[in-house]
This record gives sequence, structure tokens and C-alpha cells, in this order.
Amino acid sequence: MNVVTAIVRRILSILVTLLGVSVIIFVILRLLPGNAVSASMGVSEGLLSKAQVAALNQYYGVGQPVLEQYFSWLHALLHGNLGVSLSQQKSVSYLVGLDLPVTLELAFFSMVLGVLIGVGFGMWSALHPGRWQDNIGQVVAVVGLAIPAFVLGQSLVVYMSTKFHYFPSSLTFVGFFSNPWLNFQQIIFPSIVLSLGIGAAILRTTRGAVLEVSGLNFARTALGKGVSRRAFVWRHLFLNSLTAVVTMSGIQLGYLLGGTVIIERIFVLPGMGNLLITAIKNQDYPLVQSVTLVFAAGFVIVNMLVDLAYSLIDPRTRRRSA
Amino acid sequence: MSGPLLEIRDLHIGIARRHRNDEIVRGVDLAIEAGEKWGIVGESGSGKTLTMLSVLRLLASPPLSVLRGEIRFDGEDLAHVDDRRLREVRGGDIAMVYQDPMTSLNPLLRVGRQLEETLKAHGASPAQAQARTRDVLRQVGLSDPERVRTSYPHQLSGGMIQRVMIAMALATSPRVLIADEPTTALDVTIQRQILELVTALQASTGMAVLWVTHDLGVVASLVDKVAVMYAGRIVEKAHTTRLFEHPTHPYTKALLESLPGAGSAHRSALHQIGSTPPDPTRLGAGCPFRERCPYAVDQCASSEPALMDRGQGSFAACWKEPSQW
Ligand SMILES: Nc1ncnc2c1ncn2[C@@H]1O[C@H](COP(=O)(O)OP(=O)(O)O)[C@@H](O)[C@H]1O
Ligand code: SF4
Ligand SMILES: [Mg+2]
Repeated sequence: MNVVTAIVRRILSILVTLLGVSVIIFVILRLLPGNAVSASMGVSEGLLSKAQVAALNQYYGVGQPVLEQYFSWLHALLHGNLGVSLSQQKSVSYLVGLDLPVTLELAFFSMVLGVLIGVGFGMWSALHPGRWQDNIGQVVAVVGLAIPAFVLGQSLVVYMSTKFHYFPSSLTFVGFFSNPWLNFQQIIFPSIVLSLGIGAAILRTTRGAVLEVSGLNFARTALGKGVSRRAFVWRHLFLNSLTAVVTMSGIQLGYLLGGTVIIERIFVLPGMGNLLITAIKNQDYPLVQSVTLVFAAGFVIVNMLVDLAYSLIDPRTRRRSA
Repeated sequence: MSGPLLEIRDLHIGIARRHRNDEIVRGVDLAIEAGEKWGIVGESGSGKTLTMLSVLRLLASPPLSVLRGEIRFDGEDLAHVDDRRLREVRGGDIAMVYQDPMTSLNPLLRVGRQLEETLKAHGASPAQAQARTRDVLRQVGLSDPERVRTSYPHQLSGGMIQRVMIAMALATSPRVLIADEPTTALDVTIQRQILELVTALQASTGMAVLWVTHDLGVVASLVDKVAVMYAGRIVEKAHTTRLFEHPTHPYTKALLESLPGAGSAHRSALHQIGSTPPDPTRLGAGCPFRERCPYAVDQCASSEPALMDRGQGSFAACWKEPSQW
């Protein structure tokens, strides 16, 4: 099997997954009490122009059989049309375009911090098993896993605003490109909050994997060859623990997409999580439906990246082109 | 520096269990002169691998640790050298081929990179390392060094991996090569080739070789001297020819009789020995071989014999001289 076939297969499997997800989202929303779409349409209809109502009816296939409703949504999706928000009277693509960068930035900083904490303390622990360094690592892991992000986030907000009268998020959120420094202040605290849980999970995985690899024969070979400490630790121990670390990071990144919903609320960040909550509160089902699909696409892409990383790290998982 | 090149003195290795520290290797003495070829022979579980690993301070600790004894390389006490010197000795002065070659290479790095890593750790430039890697791969009989260099371990056969491991050990021209059962996993033809290969390389480099095996037959034509291990001790040490003609320990005699080609009358003696060696941690007083020894007397149950001079370079840990058997 050659590279092109492999990539085509990958993309096909992603599309099939997303197709399944779209079915699930569609079905769940219609199982919600009160026939969600038509109910909310009824409420909001007066706010929309005739043309918008017509477009919406077309988009959601109102008045048509359920199966046709699904296919008309799917048809629009395939043409890049995420629909129109009922409560905000804007296209969903436009709203997502505004809010997705905020969530991506939050996810990026949280992951970077989480990986640094996790790999850093995890390696430190694993290289000194049973010693005080290991104990510190274990404390970090327990604390990080035991304190829920919303408790920590809420406490941090209260503490900072009462103690220091400092609360960057009370200002309107600014994008990175308009004011990087203020943007950083606004994004860093929620990122720290999210990174602790991520870091704790990655810490445990790193520690466990490195300890296991230390006991394998090739680790002994590397020591016996007289390679430097640094080469031994990173090229032999860490490299062979990396697939485990990447897997755990992928899982955490997946959770993170859910975690941002609460944290964006607490820190008043206009990201995808806030968009979703607002949409649910306003019974803006078209928005809920499409935002959920964007989250799902995020999960699928993360999984794909993990798989890709696997094949880059471990030659045994690469298929031969014979 | 006068004295042996590598000397193991009164080596004791213990394993930490829940409430006690069991001794697995119980006082091994071995002196290897420069250029000497030794066979270290004994049933599996007799402590050969642990003894060899402790030379390079590679015991898995915990649970294993050296309880007592000294390892000297060229007079230098290896237990007390600093990390930097230890890294020089490891893979530089003393190189080891490990017992389980298939799992002894890093699965994520190309073979060439792993060889070059060794060479660079011992002072070679990247270009030198690459050239030397090609040479040494060819030397161990790998006909397509370029392919091997760029392969990952899982892409090579067991025989090729074993050659790679030998190449990696030889690349730095060590003064001592420790080969721990390097042919056990291989079929007979490849075994033969590897034995001849190491013999030839030894002859051209003059390094000392410690050839570890559970099969006395394998080393017969290969080594100058043999140390026979049993239950964590050396029970006989002798020149190879002398050992084969006049074994001075009943266990050695039994090993010889169990070799293929020994007379059929003798082969029955093998069955008397039985197949299970004792657990070195549950020995009690007395000679550890007594349960399986046809010559055991009362004294054998009460105290354990030390190595005694049997003349002509032979030493045996047995209360009874061969003339009394
Ligand atoms: N890492 C370890 N943990 C516990 N026991 C071990 C370990 N390594 C070796 N042993 C035990 O020590 C004894 C000697 O082992 P070894 O030196 O490998 O013997 P040989 O190489 O002669 O077959 C064996 O009984 C083995 O079970
Ligand atoms: S000491 Fe006794 S039991 Fe041990 S080998 Fe000699 S004769 Fe046999
Ligand atoms: Mg062994």
C-alpha cells in the first residue's frame, strides 16, 4: 500500500466518522422535548426577514419528512454552509470564525503548559524513583487530578479580583493581533487552570512509561555502550515513552475541548464553549447543531494527528510500501 | 600495570526480596589476562549473566545489587570510578553482547544510528563513525552494510541482529569482549558462523574474550580456559584441554558426559543428575551439588568446599579428589 492510498483511506475514514456524528447530533436534537427545530423557529420567526426564514426552512428542511430534513442539512454542510443562527441572525460560519480562534488559542496555551508540566515533572519523577523528586511529582499529579478546573478557575477569578483588583477578563476580550500583551493576560490564567489537570495526567503517563522503558533490554544496551546521560534519557528512554505521552496528550486535548466550555464561561472568553452555551440558552438549535459538529470535527482531527504522530515516531507502525 | 586485565574478586550479588536479601552470586573470583579467551559455562540460572552485568555496573537495581567484592579493570576499581570514567569503560574498554539480541536494540532508531552513537560516545567524529560503522558491519559478515545501516531493528532477521550486536561491541575495539550466550537463539549454521567470526576477530585484535554459555560443547574449540559455574559459584576453573581430559569436579564430569558424542554408557549418568539445578537462595550448608552428586559423602552435607588446587592449572570446589570418585 503506498502513501497516497494511505492518505485517501485516512480522509475517507474521517469523513465516515463525521457523517456518523452528524447523524447522532441530528437524531439527538430531534429527540429533545418539544421538537426543537420547529419550536425555536416558531419563537424566533418574527425576528427574521422573509428571505432568511425561507433560507432557514430550506436549510433545515422544515415541513419535510425527517429523512429529507437530514439530507438537506447534510447537503448544505457538504457545500460549506453551516446554517444561520436564529438568536443572533448571523451565519453560523461567521460566528464560528469569530469564536474558534479564541478556543484554539486557549487550547494551544493549555496544551503547551500541560505538556511542559507533565513531561517535565514526569521525567523528573521517573529518573529519581522513590526519592524526594518523585514525591514532588506525585504531589503535583494528585493535586492536578483532584482539583476540578471549575473550582480552581472560580477561586482564581475571585482571588485575583478581590486581592489585586486585577481582572483582565473584565475588559472586552481582545484578539492576539490587536493587542498581544492584553490578549496574553486574558488567556494565560484560564490556560494555567486547564493545564493543571492535563499536566497531571501526562505526568503520570510519562512517569509510568519511562519507568517501564528503563527496565527493557535496549535501555541496558544504551547504558552499556557508554552514551551520555542526556542521550540515554532522551533518545532512548523518552523517545520510547513518546507514543504513550502522545496518546495521553491526544486524550487530554479531546477532554480540553469539553473543558473549555466551563472555563470560557468563568473567564468570560468569547470562545466556542460560550457560543455553545449561549446557543443552548437561547434554544438556537441550528447553532447548537453546527457548533457541536465543529467540536466533533476537532475530536476527529486530534485523533488523526495522534495517529500521524505514531507513525512518525514508531517505524513498526508504518506500513511497508512493498 | 601488572596483574590481570580484568579481575573479579569475591563477587557477591544479592536480590532484595520482601524481608530479606538473598544471595544469588556467592563469591566469584576470576582473573582475565589481556588477550585471554575464557568460557564461562553453567546451567541457566547459575548466575553467569548477573556476574557479567555487574562488571559494567549494569545490574537492575533494585532489586539486584553487588553485596560485596571488587571488579578491577587494569587495576582500577570500577565500583568507585566517576560517571565519566564509567562511560569510557562501558562500550569503550569493555563491550558486551547481551543474551537477548532481538530486544537489545532501540526499536525506534535505525541500526546505523545506534552503532554511530556508540562510536561518537567514544570520541569519533560523525564522518569517522559512519565509515567505521560500514567497515565493522562488513567485518561481521553482513554483505549489504548500507541496507543494514538504514534499517530499523524489526526489519532484520535474528542472525543479522546478532551480527549487528557483535559489530556494535567490536566497533570501538574494546580490550575485553563479554559475549553472553550470543548464539543461543540462532540455528546451528549461523551459530557456527558467529563462533568462527568472533574467533577470527579476536585473533586479529588481541582482545580478551569472555564467552558465556550453558553449552560446554560450544566453547570447546574456542577458548583457552573455562570457568564452570554452579548455583552462584565457580566450581571448577581449568585450561580447556585439561578440563575436557581430566575434569576435577563431578559437575564438570557430568556436563562432559551429557555432551552429544559422549559414550552411551556415560549418557545414563546424565539421567542420574536430574534436570533441576538448586535455587541458589535456598541452599543451606553443604555442597550445592550434593543432591545430584554420585560421590557425595557426609562432609558434603555439612560444609561447602572452596576452590582447591588440583594441579596443572585446575581448581575445583569439591571435597573429593577425582582419584577418590
Ligand atoms: N532482575 C532479576 N530479578 C530477580 N531475579 C533475577 C533477576 N535476574 C536474574 N535473576 C535470578 O538470578 C539467577 C541467576 O540469573 P542469571 O545470572 O541470569 O543466570 P544465567 O545467566 O546463568 O542463566 C536466576 O535464578 C534468576 O532467576
Ligand atoms: S563436595 Fe561432595 S557433593 Fe559436592 S561435588 Fe564434591 S563430592 Fe559431590
Ligand atoms: Mg544468562
